[in-house]
Amino acid sequence: MALLEVRNLEVSFGLRSGAVKALRNINFTLDRGERLGLVGESGAGKSVLGFSILNLIAKPGRITGGEILFEGQNLASMSDRDLRSIRGNRISMIFQDPMMTLNPVLTIGQQMVECLMAHRKISRDNARTIAVQKLKQVQIPSPETRIDQYPHELSGGMRQRVVIAIGLLMDPDIIIADEPTTALDVTIQAEIMELMVELCERNNVALILITHDLGVVSQVTQKAIVMYAGRVIEQGPTREIINDAQHPYTQGLMNALPQMAIPGQRLNQIRGSMPGLQKIPTGCAFNPRCDYVMDICHHQLPGYTASGNCQVACHMVAEMKKSAQASEEV
Amino acid sequence: MIAFFIKRLAQAIVVMFVISIISFSIQDNLGDPLREMVGQSVSEAERQQLRDELGLNDPFLVQYGRFVKNALQGDLGTSYFFKEPALDVILAKLPATLELVFGASLIIIFLSVPLGVYSAINPQSLFSKAVMGLSIVGISVPVFLTAIGLIYLFAIELNWMPSYGRGETVDMFWGWESGFFTADGLAHLVLPCVSLASIMLPLFIRLIRAEMMEVLQSEYVKFAWAKGLNPRRIYFLHALKNTMLPVITVGGVQIGTMVAYTILTETVFQWPGMGFLFLEAINRVDTPLIVAYLIVVGAIFVITNTIVDLVYGLVNPTVNLAGKK
Repeated sequence: MALLEVRNLEVSFGLRSGAVKALRNINFTLDRGERLGLVGESGAGKSVLGFSILNLIAKPGRITGGEILFEGQNLASMSDRDLRSIRGNRISMIFQDPMMTLNPVLTIGQQMVECLMAHRKISRDNARTIAVQKLKQVQIPSPETRIDQYPHELSGGMRQRVVIAIGLLMDPDIIIADEPTTALDVTIQAEIMELMVELCERNNVALILITHDLGVVSQVTQKAIVMYAGRVIEQGPTREIINDAQHPYTQGLMNALPQMAIPGQRLNQIRGSMPGLQKIPTGCAFNPRCDYVMDICHHQLPGYTASGNCQVACHMVAEMKKSAQASEEV
Repeated sequence: MIAFFIKRLAQAIVVMFVISIISFSIQDNLGDPLREMVGQSVSEAERQQLRDELGLNDPFLVQYGRFVKNALQGDLGTSYFFKEPALDVILAKLPATLELVFGASLIIIFLSVPLGVYSAINPQSLFSKAVMGLSIVGISVPVFLTAIGLIYLFAIELNWMPSYGRGETVDMFWGWESGFFTADGLAHLVLPCVSLASIMLPLFIRLIRAEMMEVLQSEYVKFAWAKGLNPRRIYFLHALKNTMLPVITVGGVQIGTMVAYTILTETVFQWPGMGFLFLEAINRVDTPLIVAYLIVVGAIFVITNTIVDLVYGLVNPTVNLAGKK
């Protein structure tokens, strides 16, 4: 059994103008120790997916369908009390901006100890000892003094290390990291990412990495999911997706990477921008921006086609596979 | 810490200096004190002589210089009406006013925090909407109208509460008479405190609600949820502590404002405090008393704001009172 299995997940936001589906028909599995990348433009639904796994989507959003099975238990239908025993304990999160993630009026120690004491019957002193150990693990110098400081006394990189230490505090099974390095200085982004991956590897923690950096995804993850307008459009082993993207959107993302272009030339870009959730076109949501758009794309939602070990939601890919099959039979 | 106090003291001196100039200079425009002091039979020549003796004919700066010199020795002049040092007259009435403000503050603190927090957590509930609606009414109705309404309902129609005065008081120390230790004294405190709180309470409920709603949207509160903490800890430690930062600042200013509002409340309830005394002093053109009142109230403002800044520094770790780093 997979550690985490998401089946047909659907998330809606109840707005005054009616319910809007932010996520549709999401399916994936995650094994122990595995690293999964969630990729897509802003607004694709990556963060919503990350938050919905712990049932933490902000109102008016809520899970309206499907299952999130964590070791067989469905998190989507679990009571708040039971969810609390999983949040921060078995599945923890790392947020994007370390400047905003830590409470400014509580010390680092208070914010670590409270998490330990919420999940374990443990004395304050023991909790503090564990907290100091974890701070040491994330390579914070002189953790014994740092633990009594307030967030504003630490730099951005230091704070993200503290957030990672809090994420690792309970030795969780899964860490969901929502763009953990985006808000950091470029020089320390790689350092923090390396640290996080190393710690996950050492403790056999599964990682769900939400990012729009395909470079990071290719270096760090084994599996990748590409999202567009609330739907998965391509998923499979990272290597296959990076080397042989099938979906025109994923291809567009790959072509837009600076490394792919010859220096001095304009970067490739995908024309247009992602539609708002209330204005998703019928058929394939990507059709207004697609270079290979066909008639069928305008009125029929593409199903998933297997391509190698990947699943791709594209009419063109489906047709190519079909004709390849047909020619084989002949 | 010492540096903070020295800085504060310097600021206080400037503030008190400005207050003294303003309050001293308006006394010329309040009418003729002699009309109230002497009878009809006193002749114009005698009045002139009295004016000279009181120094009322001296140039403004001379009068002000004399006032400052005496004030620095703790003498704010002698009340024309009471024939006693103005400061003593006012300080004798200070306990009554402070008890009124204290009672109203208790009502505000113990109601505004739970109501504000509740309506921030459950903005859609019927109770929250009722609280918000009532708070608009509370802010809109002037204090003296609230006070008269309370007297009509609870003192006249229902006859539950006394309508005026302080009732039975207990001697404490330094002539401090307290109404907090007798049943009668407490009964007399209820209506005045409620009417004094009627403006500030809705203000604070709305302020706490608005701040709390903003804080609940913050990343660190979301992170606290993601850590699997108990909701009570999230609401009352993580969120409330941050909510209270701006509330403390506003609260400090409002305590001073409340001292000023006591003029209305004390007048309606015939409460023997400073505000009531001040209004009487204006009617009697008792200028030394008026000036002394303004200076005492100014001092109260300065002191409460200093205390508030200290408390703020204790709650907010990013504030460094000592200025060291």
